[in-house]
Amino acid sequence: MSMIALAMALSLVGASIVISAHQGLGLEKDILVGTVRAFIQLMAIGYVLKFIFDLRQWPFVLLMLAVMITVAGRNAAKRGKEIPHVFWLVTGAISLGAAATLGVLAGLRIIKFEPWFVIPIGGMIIGNAMVASGLVLNRIQSEIAARKQEIRAALALGATARQAVDPALKAAIKAGMIPTIDSMKVVGLVQLPGMMTGQIIAGASPLQAVRYQIMVAYMLAAATAVTCATLGLIVYRGFFTMHHQLKS
Amino acid sequence: MGKKFELLGVSKWKDGPKRAELLRDINFTVDEGLISTIMGPSGAGKSTLLTLLNRLEEPSAGQILLDGAPITQLEVVNLRRRVGMVFQTPALFPMTVEQNICYGPNLRQRREYPGLAARYLEMVGLDPELAGRDAGNLSVGQQQRVSIARTLANEPEVLLLDEPTSALDPTATSQIEELIRALNQKIGLTIVWVTHDMQQAARVGDRTMLLASGEKVEEGETKAIFASPQNEVTRLFIAGRLNGNGSKLNGDKGRSDGAGSESTGPEEEHK
Repeated sequence: MSMIALAMALSLVGASIVISAHQGLGLEKDILVGTVRAFIQLMAIGYVLKFIFDLRQWPFVLLMLAVMITVAGRNAAKRGKEIPHVFWLVTGAISLGAAATLGVLAGLRIIKFEPWFVIPIGGMIIGNAMVASGLVLNRIQSEIAARKQEIRAALALGATARQAVDPALKAAIKAGMIPTIDSMKVVGLVQLPGMMTGQIIAGASPLQAVRYQIMVAYMLAAATAVTCATLGLIVYRGFFTMHHQLKS
Repeated sequence: MGKKFELLGVSKWKDGPKRAELLRDINFTVDEGLISTIMGPSGAGKSTLLTLLNRLEEPSAGQILLDGAPITQLEVVNLRRRVGMVFQTPALFPMTVEQNICYGPNLRQRREYPGLAARYLEMVGLDPELAGRDAGNLSVGQQQRVSIARTLANEPEVLLLDEPTSALDPTATSQIEELIRALNQKIGLTIVWVTHDMQQAARVGDRTMLLASGEKVEEGETKAIFASPQNEVTRLFIAGRLNGNGSKLNGDKGRSDGAGSESTGPEEEHK
């Protein structure tokens, strides 16, 4: 696509501004800010990716993945501000989920171990793991609060913190995994995912494009499972003291 | 008769922007084989005191001995098996009655316990047929008996009761009182019973301590305390004219006791 073609696409922004102004929605400024930000952010990332792909140096690829994981960790950590060391726990869990999944993909030679595979696919994995982590954090807090009496009863019967928190932990891990599993069930029927759409537009055969999309569905299921289970198992400790006491 | 628990200068406070004092310098002895009641108005710190005995909470200062040894030297999980606790609400797990009763034994060893549920259901005066029922389907009175059975299945030496009848009607209340007295007499179980209800303390207690605003007011044989209270605060409490801020401590009225299990319902009547 030429820059001229892209400039033509601005007319679409014009349309939304006209609608906002005409209907008195007051969104004109937001639309403008969004338009400019989308342009700058994506152009910048385009140049960064081009730079990294041209270099083909693994340290830069890993750095890029590390930046993505850190941003994802910071974002997900907002869902559990009360939990001690939440940023490190989330970032660790996402790293493990991403490393395990990318490791299998590359190790079994399912994808080529090239920057232009690893970064976009890593991005999908990290983004998905981020959303799932946020759900786990949200849920574990509400479950522990709701089951406080049950947990104290279990502790009083001689359960360890891990045993007492088990039902809450299971619910939280499930809450993180379910959206990915659900979207795997309806993929292709409800929406055509971005990766597949992109490949088709780029001229790939739909039959080739769907193979990648199927792989993406499977890998996201694995990544969220590893991330959610890891996160659940490390984060519950923050709710208890070392003497198996529920912190109030 | 030995001392089961000894509390030596036990205090509990909550740190924070406003340090809240929950218990101040409590010295107290629980005699083996007796029913000791801890009575006092809402917010007195009774429940907090109880949760210190099985280390659901940690004292901020002072020491607690079980059979002469500091409880901090015991593995906390073992301490809690030896010192069982029944809460104000039954807090049963969403499973069958049998699974609830076998929960404690299963923590030690995961296996089938044939006949165990039936035995403990009978011990608390319930039909053994209830074993297969969902715990949530029972009446509150039945649930509280199941929760006692669940605690007894761990074969504790001491039973801590945190207002176990405050959610029950008078009939269920007197049944539970009878049950606990029978357990105390038949198997020599040491009982520590927290209640806001002085009449209940008078009915069930061998020894009684009055707690008000985190301080011990008076302690002694239950009969003696009710017959001739030595302290003005005790006299007020027995007359039903003591509320949560009726003590010499300053600025601590209406605070919660941290354990979160103090009744707010029935106790309002005393105010």
